[in-house]
Amino acid sequence: MIHFLQVYGMQLIDKTGQHLYISAAALILGIIVAVPLGILLTRMKHGANAVITLAGVLQTIPAMALLAMMIPIFGIGSTPAIVALFIYSLLPILRNTYLGMEGVSPAVRDAAKGMGMTWWQSMIRAEIPLAAPVIMSGIRLSATYVIAWATLASYIGAGGLGDFIFNGLNLYRSDLILGGSIPVILLALLVDYLLGKLENTVTPRQLR
Amino acid sequence: MLLSMEHLRKEYPNGKIAVDDFNLEVDRGEFISFIGTSGSGKTTTMRMINRMLHQTSGTIKIDGKDISKMDPVKLRRSIGYVIQNIGLMPHMTIQENIEIVPKLLGWSKEKRAEQAKKMIDLAQLPAEMLNRYPGELSGGQQQRIGVVRALAADQEIILMDEPFGALDPITRESLQDLVKHLQEDLGKTFIFVTHDMDEALHLSTRVVIMSHGKQVQVDTPENILRHPADEFVTNLIGEERLIRAQPNILSVSQIMLKNPAAITPEKTLDDAIDLMHERRVDTLLVTDTDGVLQGYVDLDDINRITDATTPVSRFTNKEVFYVQANALIGDTVDRILKQGVKNVPVVDAKKHLVGIVTRTALVDIVYDALRGAPASDEQPASPINADIHAAATHEGGESSQ
Ligand SMILES: Nc1ncnc2c1ncn2[C@@H]1O[C@H](COP(=O)(O)OP(=O)(O)O)[C@@H](O)[C@H]1O
Ligand SMILES: [Mg+2]
Repeated sequence: MIHFLQVYGMQLIDKTGQHLYISAAALILGIIVAVPLGILLTRMKHGANAVITLAGVLQTIPAMALLAMMIPIFGIGSTPAIVALFIYSLLPILRNTYLGMEGVSPAVRDAAKGMGMTWWQSMIRAEIPLAAPVIMSGIRLSATYVIAWATLASYIGAGGLGDFIFNGLNLYRSDLILGGSIPVILLALLVDYLLGKLENTVTPRQLR
Repeated sequence: MLLSMEHLRKEYPNGKIAVDDFNLEVDRGEFISFIGTSGSGKTTTMRMINRMLHQTSGTIKIDGKDISKMDPVKLRRSIGYVIQNIGLMPHMTIQENIEIVPKLLGWSKEKRAEQAKKMIDLAQLPAEMLNRYPGELSGGQQQRIGVVRALAADQEIILMDEPFGALDPITRESLQDLVKHLQEDLGKTFIFVTHDMDEALHLSTRVVIMSHGKQVQVDTPENILRHPADEFVTNLIGEERLIRAQPNILSVSQIMLKNPAAITPEKTLDDAIDLMHERRVDTLLVTDTDGVLQGYVDLDDINRITDATTPVSRFTNKEVFYVQANALIGDTVDRILKQGVKNVPVVDAKKHLVGIVTRTALVDIVYDALRGAPASDEQPASPINADIHAAATHEGGESSQ
């Protein structure tokens, strides 16, 4: 272990950085797209099922296949990996945003409108804050997925902790395999913990 | 005229006509209740006033201005709105909740805080509660906040849709006092949907009775009680309230029947049966030789006794409800109509038996009231009443306590 860190320490920090960068970029893109889309879906009851089903279908494409499919479009490197992981991150966020917004009591929505809030004010001041805990748990779930799957990004030359694992597999070196996978697990747990804290802070005191 | 509604009609997209030709003029400071069976269009009518719904045809004007030409968002900020499910924002403190509309209107932070303080006082709740969340308050406290929140931006008109429906009777009463105070002392104008007739009669300056989207009657509580427009209104009000509302009948002595069938305690079973037969009744009141009420005997009890010489005192039921001849009629009504007692003996100040009030006599008063004939103008001991006496006392025996 000490020996591993002495030899691969710098590389480990480097790869962890790459891994985080790919994951974060994919997740942020996912949030930017899926949260507004999820909100929009609650306003168009008919399209909602179709869109969520589509996101579900995308989710079932094998990760390797999806990554490979990105190559003809984006070449190799981190861009295709980010796009592929972004696609994976969509479903949990989309579904939870939709459910969270749907779960806001009609009385609250009615009262907000009845008191003279515009659509936008009702969203920002009432509905989104009330749906926030559910939306956040979707984001948390996506984050865990994305960090795990980012391991595969190494396969299309995006770098990250997957590099250790794939090298280890090629060279039959279990220290490299463990040296890659343990940080991934720790990273996933840490991010999950931090987002869990955040989820708590966005949950109104009264609803905890 | 603060609010006027002319020929309002609402047809939902599915073809349901929820409101049909609704007309109402509301003055400043009035308290108007909408009451009617469920689905009669009360909510629909109310929600057209703040443009939560748009009428199919007809006009609503506030201060002479057609609301369909106003900005709906501005309109809603100028009208208080309270719904049954309270509608407090669960993620906001009480203070933030109260400040919602003032904030939307761009009031300064200081002015808002001052107003929140004023409103919590108005709600008769402690100022510390401003920092609490709705979930930490009882249902009644939450609805108090709901009510004062509707006034926080000095709204003149307050719409309330069955606001107290989910509260227990005592809490409801204290909230009724609160809104009555707001109307009477602050001059606010209320449009109030309820399904509780007592609430409507107690609070309103005028009541709008609705059925199937139409107004059946629009009048003051007094006039509705005295002159219900039709059978629907009569049923909605209920027999008991109509009787109580008869101002012409003041005391029990005015409606009682004189000379009820009575017997003294030393008489025998045989005598009692003979008297029942003769008077065609199955209960007898028991009085001592001075005429003081002792109790009653019931044919059912007598049947179990075989010895014909048993004195009446042995089977007298002493638990008898009676009223004073000068008592107000309301008490008697309560007994007879609510508790199913068929008749009630009437006594004077020294408990001397002077008459009896029967259920049939009371029902008669209701019908007189409906026909508009003041019952007290007739002499109580009329031949008609004598007939009722026989019938009523006969019934009375079957269910006497
Ligand atoms: N959105 C709607 N679409 C179709 N019909 C409706 C709608 N809302 C209410 N209704 C119908 O209109 C009638 C009046 O409803 P409402 O105003 O809610 O009555 P109330 O408040 O007196 O109980 C009812 O028959 C109800 O079923
Ligand atoms: Mg209703």
